[in-house]
Amino acid sequence: MDARDAPAPVTKRNATAAPMLTHLQRLEAESIQIFREVVAECERPVMLYSIGKDSAVMLRLAIKAFYPAKPPFPLLHVDTTWKFRAMYEMRERMARETGMELIVHKNPEAEARGINPFDHGSLHTDMWKTEGLKQAIHKFGFDAAFGGGRRDEEKSRAKERILSFRSAQHRWDPKMQRPELWRLYNTRKGQGENFRAFPISNWTELDIWQYIYLEDIPIVPLYFAGERPVVERDGNLIMVDDERMRLLPGEVPQVRSIRFRTQGDYPLTGAIESTATTLPEIIQEMLLATTSERQGRVIDHDQAASMEKKKQEGYF
Amino acid sequence: MAPSYEVAGSDLIAEDIEAYLFAHQHKSLLRFLTCGSVDDGKSTLIGRLLYDSKMIFEDQLAALEADSKRLGTQGGEIDFALLVDGLAAEREQGITIDVAYRFFSTDKRKFIVADTPGHEQYTRNMVTGASTADAAVILIDARKGVLTQTRRHSYLVSLLGIGHVVLAINKMDLVDWSQARFDEIVADYGVFAEKIGIKAFTAIPMSALQGDNITEPSAKSPWFAGPPLMRWLEDASVEDDLREKPFRMPVQWVNRPNLDFRGFSGLISTGVIRPGDKVKALPSGRESSVARIVTFSGDLPEAVAGQSVTLTLADEIDVSRGDVLAAAGDPPAVADQFEATIVWFDEEAMLPGRPYLLKLGTRTVAAQVAEPKYKVNVNTLEQLAARRLELNDIGVCNLSLDAPIAFDAYAENHDLGGFILIDRISNRTVGAGLLHFALRRSQNIHWQAMDVDKTARAKAKGQKARVVWLTGLSGAGKSTIANLLEKRLAAQGRHTYLLDGDNVRHGLNKDLGFTEADRVENIRRVAEVAKLMADAGLIVLVSFISPFRAERQMARDLLGADEFVEVFVDTPIADAERRDVKGLYAKARAGQLKNFTGVDSPYEPPESPEIRVDTTMNTAQEAAEQIFEWLEGGSFDPVI
Repeated sequence: MDARDAPAPVTKRNATAAPMLTHLQRLEAESIQIFREVVAECERPVMLYSIGKDSAVMLRLAIKAFYPAKPPFPLLHVDTTWKFRAMYEMRERMARETGMELIVHKNPEAEARGINPFDHGSLHTDMWKTEGLKQAIHKFGFDAAFGGGRRDEEKSRAKERILSFRSAQHRWDPKMQRPELWRLYNTRKGQGENFRAFPISNWTELDIWQYIYLEDIPIVPLYFAGERPVVERDGNLIMVDDERMRLLPGEVPQVRSIRFRTQGDYPLTGAIESTATTLPEIIQEMLLATTSERQGRVIDHDQAASMEKKKQEGYF
Repeated sequence: MAPSYEVAGSDLIAEDIEAYLFAHQHKSLLRFLTCGSVDDGKSTLIGRLLYDSKMIFEDQLAALEADSKRLGTQGGEIDFALLVDGLAAEREQGITIDVAYRFFSTDKRKFIVADTPGHEQYTRNMVTGASTADAAVILIDARKGVLTQTRRHSYLVSLLGIGHVVLAINKMDLVDWSQARFDEIVADYGVFAEKIGIKAFTAIPMSALQGDNITEPSAKSPWFAGPPLMRWLEDASVEDDLREKPFRMPVQWVNRPNLDFRGFSGLISTGVIRPGDKVKALPSGRESSVARIVTFSGDLPEAVAGQSVTLTLADEIDVSRGDVLAAAGDPPAVADQFEATIVWFDEEAMLPGRPYLLKLGTRTVAAQVAEPKYKVNVNTLEQLAARRLELNDIGVCNLSLDAPIAFDAYAENHDLGGFILIDRISNRTVGAGLLHFALRRSQNIHWQAMDVDKTARAKAKGQKARVVWLTGLSGAGKSTIANLLEKRLAAQGRHTYLLDGDNVRHGLNKDLGFTEADRVENIRRVAEVAKLMADAGLIVLVSFISPFRAERQMARDLLGADEFVEVFVDTPIADAERRDVKGLYAKARAGQLKNFTGVDSPYEPPESPEIRVDTTMNTAQEAAEQIFEWLEGGSFDPVI
């Protein structure tokens, strides 16, 4: 029955002095494999580019995956119009340097209604980000979107798959999610269905920083400490980034040495006091920290299990 | 687990961050799987590993202490299980949890732990988690010894080819750290391990709860000379094995930025490659040698298993996604029929004969699975007779693909021997499999390219070959319409043949009954016969209830574009039942006929048939005319 030849004897031909791959090399190879697999099997992929450090790493991995060709997909920034100015500068710079197409989508309805973080609470995120993302995917007919989610970010992501399927209505349906074995991804989908792909699922926050350090990847300067005007509000340090910032009675911006652990809408992103001006100092600060990365994000305090809920609604 | 800050070596972090980063940068990675039930202390063990690698925050620790007092099972002491549990709520919400992944690191290594919770889907979950694991930790409760469950876990670990196994004999504190008890369990397990092909394992006596033999050798087991668990995990060598095997790289993507560059991108599965090495592309068998190993960081003098690279070749040979580049002197075999072990994941059972999609490496082909030779009772390892595979079943079956693929036995290479099966209609991943060997050598079998082909034969008859497939409920009037249509076509000088239950069921398919599996096989044979007849240039009329979309899709896929014409003879079941020409509905309602479509077996109407005939609006004559017009009219390529 067995028609295969007897296995070849193990030769010393393969003897190599190359050291064992490091964890970052293995993670990088895995991410690249995911990028290529999705691009090979989808008609219209896109990379969600949110300008933060995870996006920066993803962008580098995408470039590596397809080098010397350009990554064969555009970048999509779902803009809320409330990002830090430094983020917009970084976005334009990266689009210019990579030569990739950059699509900026702003929910026209949110724009018309003047939705903002001061007056509209969670509606602000719902409309600009969740709705905005759905609109953009529908408008451009994307069938796969790369996102920067990581399994170590919080409890509900530990069991998240690399490919996360969405119905034509962008709902995340637990029953549609597929087991993922070996390096095999089932990318088949019905008309109008799409999925999110998370190439850096298995990276931790430290891995991300370490990779940025090793690869010398440009990141938004706000990650580094600097003298910036802030007000203290509900225990968060909020930076006064432009004239739209509404000061409460008695609030006077103070200049302090601060930096940001995450990048987002400036009125919703808390800073920390810091003097870390180099990557090793940032990493050192992070490693010795006693609270988690996402505590700087005001959005997560809304409600318990809020990520899970947002994911079901179509947000990352 | 929430954020995984790795604070091992915190003194170094504070004193010399750059030295710390340098050390961290050179850590290797180990992915491992933990198997055991909640009772064996699995959650406690994982919680303990996270805690001992100091990746828990002060605020989390405070919360853990509070929770332990409130919810814990350890009388107010820290309950490590609470760190990793918390999936119960998600389970209640109906969210399927295959595997949860957790991250920690020590001074030497970074770890990814696959934790597979739950009992109901245990086989599916564990197989999924095991597929990416380098090592497995099998937990045993020292009081209970080797249980049925231990055997099941070990069988799956062995099946998935995990070469590095730890037998973690836990709760030693509850047997007074008895060496005799430990030795007894090890001996007991050894006999079983040998039987299922686990060649070597390391047994460690421990108490996850009290932290004995986790990071440091415990004073409570002076008789034990082996490593504590963490040291074993840090030292297990996994990558060398892959490098020693012959070079294999499934091609994911052909990189063509311009006319001057043509590279083949993929992740090296096994072996080592250097410029100048001879490679063979499979299944074509064409040879060339590697010109460059291209990466963003510059060309490499050498690349090894586990790296994602882009290779350019010295010669212009045809290579595309789905092919495998391999060491020319030691290539994988190419075949289209195999024996494989299949693990079934789907609520809907595996039906022999139904075509599924098979994805292996970067290649996707259509595959039919034969009736299982046997299935395995994972608890007793008994081989049982089976006609199909249900959810969580493991069976050994023959497979036949519609195209030859390059493969290695799973035991040799997981990337070229492990595959998933996908349902063509629902697109779900319905199963996974491990190839064992080819049933016959098929690389030399090529279809004879014939000069007289289908088009030539049809031309000789002055027509275009077609398969007109009438589907609908019993009593809808399919055969009546088909008969009228055939007369109409014959009158036009067309060469036709009518396949229906009467002339097929009594001959070719007389060995088949009416179970779901038999109905699938019935339609498969009819579709193959129709294909041959279309190949002969005929217009074939097929009149079968053919209730399942998947089978009609299979028939469609067998034929060329535009050759398959699906006609939905649409009749409300009440009408069909009222007509009941053959008295079959009455029998079915009376329980004398089993598996009758529309009564106790489903009918899946076509979603977008080429033609829909509404029998409540039209007579059979009008319906036949409607189909005739469609065939001979505008959407039909006029004859010659």
